[in-house]
Amino acid sequence: MEMLSNLGDGFVVALTWQNIGLALLGCFLGTIMGALPGLGPSNGVAILIPLAFTLGLGATPSLILLTSVYYGAMYGGRISSILLNIPGDEPAMMTCLDGYPMAQKGMAGQALSISGIASFVGSFFATWGLILLAPQLVKIALLFGPAEYFALFALAFMTLGGVSSTNQAKSAFAAALGLGLAMIGVDTQTGVPRFTFGEVHLYDGLDFLVAIVGLFALSEVFIFLEERHGSADGAGKKLNIGRLTPPMSMVKACTPTMLRTSFLGFIAGVLPGAGASLGSFISYSMEKRLIDKDGTFGKGDPRGVAAPEAGNNAAAGGALVPMLALGVPGSGTTAVLLAVLLSLNITPGPLLFQNNPDVVWGLIAALFIANFMLLLMNIPMVGLFTRVLLIPPRILMPVVAMVSFVGIYGISGSSFDLMVMIGFGVMGWLLRKFDVPLVPIILGTLLGNAMENNLRRAVTIDNGNWMTLFDSPLSLGLWTVAIIGFILPLFLARKVKPRMAKDDEGSLSD
Amino acid sequence: MFKAKSLTLVAALLGATAFPAMAQEFTPENPECIAPANPGGGWDFTCRQVGKSMQDLDLIDKTMQVVNLAGGGGGVAFAEVVNKRSDDNDLIVAASSATATRLAQGAYPGNTMDQVRWLASIGADYGVIAVAADSDVETLPQLLDMIKNDPTAVSVAGGSAVGGWDHLKVLIAANAYGVEDVRRVKYIAFDGGGEAVTQLLAGSVQAFTGDLSEAKGFVDSGDIRVIAVLSPERLEGEFANIPTAKEQGVDAIGANWRGFYGPENMSDEAYNAWASKIGDLYASDEWKEIMAANGLAPLDLQGAEFETFVSDSVEQIQSISREIGIIK
Repeated sequence: MEMLSNLGDGFVVALTWQNIGLALLGCFLGTIMGALPGLGPSNGVAILIPLAFTLGLGATPSLILLTSVYYGAMYGGRISSILLNIPGDEPAMMTCLDGYPMAQKGMAGQALSISGIASFVGSFFATWGLILLAPQLVKIALLFGPAEYFALFALAFMTLGGVSSTNQAKSAFAAALGLGLAMIGVDTQTGVPRFTFGEVHLYDGLDFLVAIVGLFALSEVFIFLEERHGSADGAGKKLNIGRLTPPMSMVKACTPTMLRTSFLGFIAGVLPGAGASLGSFISYSMEKRLIDKDGTFGKGDPRGVAAPEAGNNAAAGGALVPMLALGVPGSGTTAVLLAVLLSLNITPGPLLFQNNPDVVWGLIAALFIANFMLLLMNIPMVGLFTRVLLIPPRILMPVVAMVSFVGIYGISGSSFDLMVMIGFGVMGWLLRKFDVPLVPIILGTLLGNAMENNLRRAVTIDNGNWMTLFDSPLSLGLWTVAIIGFILPLFLARKVKPRMAKDDEGSLSD
Repeated sequence: MFKAKSLTLVAALLGATAFPAMAQEFTPENPECIAPANPGGGWDFTCRQVGKSMQDLDLIDKTMQVVNLAGGGGGVAFAEVVNKRSDDNDLIVAASSATATRLAQGAYPGNTMDQVRWLASIGADYGVIAVAADSDVETLPQLLDMIKNDPTAVSVAGGSAVGGWDHLKVLIAANAYGVEDVRRVKYIAFDGGGEAVTQLLAGSVQAFTGDLSEAKGFVDSGDIRVIAVLSPERLEGEFANIPTAKEQGVDAIGANWRGFYGPENMSDEAYNAWASKIGDLYASDEWKEIMAANGLAPLDLQGAEFETFVSDSVEQIQSISREIGIIK
């Protein structure tokens, strides 16, 4: 009951006209920034910090503005994934897999609204989880040592087969390529630069955002250029938008998926070493393992859109747990929020809930407000978003290219990153020709470093004893799930193969 | 295009104000602070906090524009300032012991500390060595004895890479205590101090090396126990009960200072103005509060004094790094 009265106080703090206005502004800007490739939630928040400071906002209003941007960007990332097959930010990558095929089938409106609902469900439950369980959840984070993190990442990679339905060997190749790219940079465990060729820009490794924008957005532009020169008519194919709201049956079919993945995503968010990308990835691949009996995932299954969206929005809420309760950021965005808290003279950590209850509960109330606002804003705007599909590609593609370049340069201020991005664009174009899925590459780069570091930390701590990886019940549990997830489909595949083969003929899109 | 435009702007303004400017003090027209890392880190904090406080105190007229120029552990920003922005009067860049460490170890290829001008410090964050609250280890010599007897028995976690400042601090202490081969000290690198403390709480490692500000929240909550602070004297205020390494017979001092450098060819006027502005900021009550809230200890150096301090610290790091074989 004390909790509810605290929450009530939080709403009193949050519900002023100024704060509601800020939340509205934050949600709107966040959605736009999330949707633009190259601008993700962490940059979105960082860009708005000066605004918060210039307006001379206090601690709670600043946090309300910035967390609305954060949640907004998590909603917005899906829009370009679905409409253009270009993820707006890292966690939205998995939404491409089924979202884009849905749009191709003329179900863009439904994909957008079902993913909006899934985003809402994910964040809604995550916010409740934050309220009810934050102090207890910290204990979960403390169960994860380097060995357990390694097992978790291994689990992610072993279920990778679920990502692309077409050719397992190609997706394994893509993942290996990603892992290889992750090795670039200074190795933190020895301090030695690897594969940097003396180039100081490469010391910190490759930026994921640069890789994503290059692989997805630029390669799309290249493909368009090529096709336009090849065929006489450059107008491209006309797409059907379809109905804007999902039928009740679709929402009903997706509900169990949303609930399961909200939980999974939330846990992934709570672990400081995991984050939203892992949350959406595990949500998608586990859900595919669990319910994809007919092989419809990857071909425009609404559940394949709902799963990663609920997962990544739940992870966004979950990531606030270690940030507030431990002062440890679980993702790039929470690192930025942490810096904001510090510069407002608030020290996150074990005592935050006691020392600054007004800030914490004001923030939590703001999350609820932002979440409802985003749902109300996103569903009616589906119609507007889908208009993007009516823009002829000859106008759309140059805009995509421009936004990519401006976005990347705007964040890093480095022309070297632009070259890397072009390199990734060419690579993406080549790989598409060979029908190699792009998502595993990003996963490899995204998770490869953390996986390697945790492996080496675990083994170093135990003086070179590899058995340490299987030492705790938790890591054994994770390994079991990983192995079942890896082996079971091999047997199942044999049974359903004849049926699969028939389905596969027509699906060459990635 | 932006650059050309701002240059003409500056030129126009310089032309217009040439006469009064002779008598008056330099005021940056478009104050800019480069944080050589992504948003969220210590350098980013330094830029944003100083920018905000300077504006609050009317030391600058316009909002400080903070530019994140990440890469190479600060090397990309350093190279950018040296190669492209070497005569920019409006620019300052956040720096810390990590910058000095990398300069000392030659980790910014082709760059040295005298290619920029060191402006002023804004405080120091003294190193701490801590253990979990339920650990048997009570004092620093106790921990170092354990390392001496069996280096494989103690894992020390820190937020910097191997060879980085967090690692060096524990090696300085071990060295001062007479641990024979400091290279055998088992150091585990994590992504930032927060993650390292979390692993200390989780029981994966036995000790933590980092800065006081990183440990503060956990000290307040009683989750970890700081067994030594690497400062010359005991700190003031709430940290006064933490023993120094020195009083436990380990003559080791490790301060992570925070400060700024500017481009090599900035005018003397601009250099002096920035140094005195940062000095004014340092002297203000607002800044004292911020220092207290973030566990920053005093380190009040401007201009030439700061320049000497940085070059001494680069030399010190160079000699330790040579001793432990990180550089040859």
